[in-house]
Amino acid sequence: MKVNVYVTLKPGVLDPQGKAIHHALEGLGFGGVADVRAGRFIELDVADGTSDADLDAMCAKLLANTVIENYRIERP
Amino acid sequence: MKTAVIVFPGSNCDRDMAVALETVTGRAPAMVWHRETDLPDGIDFIALPGGFSYGDYLRSGAMAARSPILRAVSDAAGRGVPVLGVCNGFQVLTEAQLLPGALMRNAGLNFVCRSVPLTVENSQSLFTASYNAGEQIDIPVAHHDGNYFADSETLDRIEGEGRVAFRYADAVNGSARDIAGVLNDAGNVLGMMPHPERAIDRAHGGTDGLRLFEAALGVLA
Repeated sequence: MKVNVYVTLKPGVLDPQGKAIHHALEGLGFGGVADVRAGRFIELDVADGTSDADLDAMCAKLLANTVIENYRIERP
Repeated sequence: MKTAVIVFPGSNCDRDMAVALETVTGRAPAMVWHRETDLPDGIDFIALPGGFSYGDYLRSGAMAARSPILRAVSDAAGRGVPVLGVCNGFQVLTEAQLLPGALMRNAGLNFVCRSVPLTVENSQSLFTASYNAGEQIDIPVAHHDGNYFADSETLDRIEGEGRVAFRYADAVNGSARDIAGVLNDAGNVLGMMPHPERAIDRAHGGTDGLRLFEAALGVLA
């Protein structure tokens, strides 16, 4: 079973990489981009029936640093 | 005085740290590989060195913080054994939740590699007792992810408890409140981005780092 995990910086946490990407987009002439936030996408191939609690623990214990990041789990 | 340096794949300041510890104690430290599950018996001091453990995969320090030896380091810290994490070692200690906060990409996005002035904020800790509060010292930094972050409540708490050991005298990497080094609540774990082991010999351009090891290793004259 494929599970998608999206890890993103919490609102209010400065994202210098997002800012640099934003500047680069502007440099390429793309106007109208208000903001860019960079995150991480992780694809897990787990056993069918892996519980929500286990997936949540994987995110909380390793995949995201909850001091600075939020995560969202997308199951099929 | 028995000391240990934890070595992760990708550590690159482990030998500099070993030289610093041997210089001060007269005895070579145990070099402990990350897969070990136990520290040598009777260890008095543990250092987590700088480098790029596990290639900084996932986040700086994230994989190292989950390696087998960290359980033993965490247990030792809980018993009051002094633990010093420098640079990547600081990142590992925050990822292992032995210290509050997190270290993010430098605000200027550049790798910063130069000697920087630090202000000693707390001169009462076992690591900083050889300095005077408010004293300015010069210690080199070399990092890409040294931008210290914690929520304002946490920052207020650690400031109020005197747990900010060092502050950058000038902005270096965007760190919240220019924090360069943080102590745990018991005061026996210190994480800092600057490299004291790179300032222990006049040939390094300065010896301000030596005093940290002298204080922490209890060999003050």
